[in-house]
Amino acid sequence: MTEEIIIAGFGGQGVLSMGKILAYSGIMQGMEVSWMPSYGPEMRGGTANVTVILSDKPVSSPVLNHYDTAIILNQQSMDKFEPMVKPGGILLYDNNGITRHPERADIAIYCVEAAVEAAKTDPRIFNMIVLGGYLAVRPILKLENVAAGLRKTLPERHHQLIPLNRQAISTGMELVKEVNKK
Amino acid sequence: MEIISKENLVYRPSELLTGATFNFCPGCGHGTVVRLVMEVVEEMGIQSETIGISPVGCSVLLYDFYNIDVIQAAHGRATAVATGIKRVLPEKYVFTYQGDGDLAAIGTGETIHTCNRGENIAVIFINNGIYGMTGGQMAPTTIPEMKTSTSPRGRNTDTMGYNLSITEMIARLEGAYYVTRQAVHNSAAVRKTKRAIRMAFENQKLNKGTSFIEVVSSCNSGYKMTPLQANRWMEENMFPYYPLGDMKVNGVLKV
Amino acid sequence: MKELRLMKGNEAIAEAAIRAGADAYFGYPITPQSEILEYLADQNPVETTGMVVLQAESEVAAINMVYGAASAGRRVMTSSSSPGISLMTEGISYLAGAELPCVIVNVARGGPGLGTIQPSQADYFQSTRGGGHGDYRLLVLAPASVQEMADFVALGFDLAFKYRNPVLILSDGVIGQMMEKVELPEFRPRRKENESWATTGKTPGRERNIITSLNLDACIHEQHNIKLQAKYRRMEEEETRCEAILCDDAEYIAVAYGASARISRKAVEQAREQGIRAGLFRPVTLFPFPARELKTAAKNAKGLLSVEMSAGQMIEDVRLAVDCRIPVKHFGRYGGVVHAPGEVLEAIKTFQV
Repeated sequence: MTEEIIIAGFGGQGVLSMGKILAYSGIMQGMEVSWMPSYGPEMRGGTANVTVILSDKPVSSPVLNHYDTAIILNQQSMDKFEPMVKPGGILLYDNNGITRHPERADIAIYCVEAAVEAAKTDPRIFNMIVLGGYLAVRPILKLENVAAGLRKTLPERHHQLIPLNRQAISTGMELVKEVNKK
Repeated sequence: MEIISKENLVYRPSELLTGATFNFCPGCGHGTVVRLVMEVVEEMGIQSETIGISPVGCSVLLYDFYNIDVIQAAHGRATAVATGIKRVLPEKYVFTYQGDGDLAAIGTGETIHTCNRGENIAVIFINNGIYGMTGGQMAPTTIPEMKTSTSPRGRNTDTMGYNLSITEMIARLEGAYYVTRQAVHNSAAVRKTKRAIRMAFENQKLNKGTSFIEVVSSCNSGYKMTPLQANRWMEENMFPYYPLGDMKVNGVLKV
Repeated sequence: MKELRLMKGNEAIAEAAIRAGADAYFGYPITPQSEILEYLADQNPVETTGMVVLQAESEVAAINMVYGAASAGRRVMTSSSSPGISLMTEGISYLAGAELPCVIVNVARGGPGLGTIQPSQADYFQSTRGGGHGDYRLLVLAPASVQEMADFVALGFDLAFKYRNPVLILSDGVIGQMMEKVELPEFRPRRKENESWATTGKTPGRERNIITSLNLDACIHEQHNIKLQAKYRRMEEEETRCEAILCDDAEYIAVAYGASARISRKAVEQAREQGIRAGLFRPVTLFPFPARELKTAAKNAKGLLSVEMSAGQMIEDVRLAVDCRIPVKHFGRYGGVVHAPGEVLEAIKTFQV
């Protein structure tokens, strides 16, 4: 099993840390992983994306041009990455700020309204709601391993935030809905 | 030869000199300062604790004359090299010996930042206002109107800029603990320079910052003068730009 | 069991330096490798292992601090990225000339000039041909994973001291910035022994030590150069490292190091799925280049593809290795663009037409 994921959005949305939690969760599950950011001057508002690969075999290329799953959090990323999802793959997005919705008929498309939901409680949990949506539509990671990955990723001084983040993951799992049927 | 006895001894070269003939021109101040440093190291009994850094310039071959461990540094980088070794051997005495081209032109950045960090080393800076080794070109410390092979009509400050008084700049840095300007043109000055070098080495025990000694020196071959004329010219023309004396002692500014 | 962590290549190399018993690190920030200095500053190893970490005022100062600390026979490391390495080359030439051991890390980015902060492999010539003035070589290790970033630090120090020569770890922005699982090496103590040649203060029992790259007498300096060349030949005999994957029956072999090797490996897997007999040859040492090993691996090959994020630099060593008897082509995106596995696969297929 190999899962090749791109997570793309604005800097400041927690794209890179979501990827890191996924990767660490993979390690907790005994998988091989890689995490490759599009690094650069990623200030709040600039584009940011990260390729995460989870596999039961050693990961060869950390850089890809086709993905099993694309998690898309802004319009620029939609335009760039929608065509790069493998046929039969998954596109998960937050429709907040999206003006052109995904159009592919050969992939499964899911929406999670994470920005609207996060605004109701705490904007910082946005990316955890999205992560929950992913875990629901692609259940390859056990939740206990995600919890362990979260603990590994967050510095200890932020460990009091773990319950809030786990709650956000649950929220995302409930909130995510399929937009089309393959 | 009963006159040669211990009681009658007035001078002997430091035992820490190898005996190799100095490569300096007769009349040059380098020879005096080079021997003073080894006299201080010998008197303090710190041969096994001392590491010298030689620059690029007239004193590049310092290690031929010194019976201590010496590192030859790239042009201008002596204080960075000194920083590196002092940081891994903090108990040792480390000094650099540099000319004006090395310290105040190509190595200005390293010099300023080393002193600003307060590296616990001694910097000995020979300022003769000219490039000696390469044959008398203009130095950063060449004074206005002074003729050199690259300022043959005299240093024109409109186009060539002014002489750089780097020591005054160093004195104002928080990291500098002892900053002084001395000379070696007469025996009184030589004695004072030796005291300054001694203090720069003693200061390393205190771990309070950089000790920086400028020695204004003449370069008779570069000036195209006899040694005596060169010293007189230096007194009359260089000293007004480079007044002798302490600028900072024990971390306290004097000027 | 050893400790498993998810780390960036840059963080792994920094942690590995502490664990390798390094005595000092001197560096200057530059993207994409600033995490090395940041990580070390955060760890503050002077309080644990005693390792000194200092941010220099420039790459020029940093490499000369390395020169000073290496003169004491200590384990010293610096790191930078391409433009910063160019600034260091004067100092690197002095280190090679004075035969000082040290580890230099280049997390390469696109050039020339200020270039781009994105990954590149266009420093191959600079790395493998010395880089600065004079006849000298660095021993060059090319990690292709975060694990190798960690493992090559201690190896680099060992080789540096074995040959009294600077070792360059030539990485790139992909390997430096990516995170992978890494098994951290065990801690080993800092060196206690004094090297006989080091300037640690002349004690009564020995002659004074001099660290210099200068000889005013050309004949003496020629002898010094001959000695250096003999050392580089010995490296060529003893230190080549490489990895040959699926090469035995391969008709087409991608030759690639660092990030390009990872990408090419995927392309090779895809080629095999399509029935194309492809293989991967990965030089781990770039100097010495594993020429004999490549020649052996390529004995049945009909074409070699030098895959590098450059306009084609390693391809010269690839051609020399096979005496130009096999067609050798270059493929690579460059100037900061990273090729994708699919592009490499298409390039492999061009041998078939």
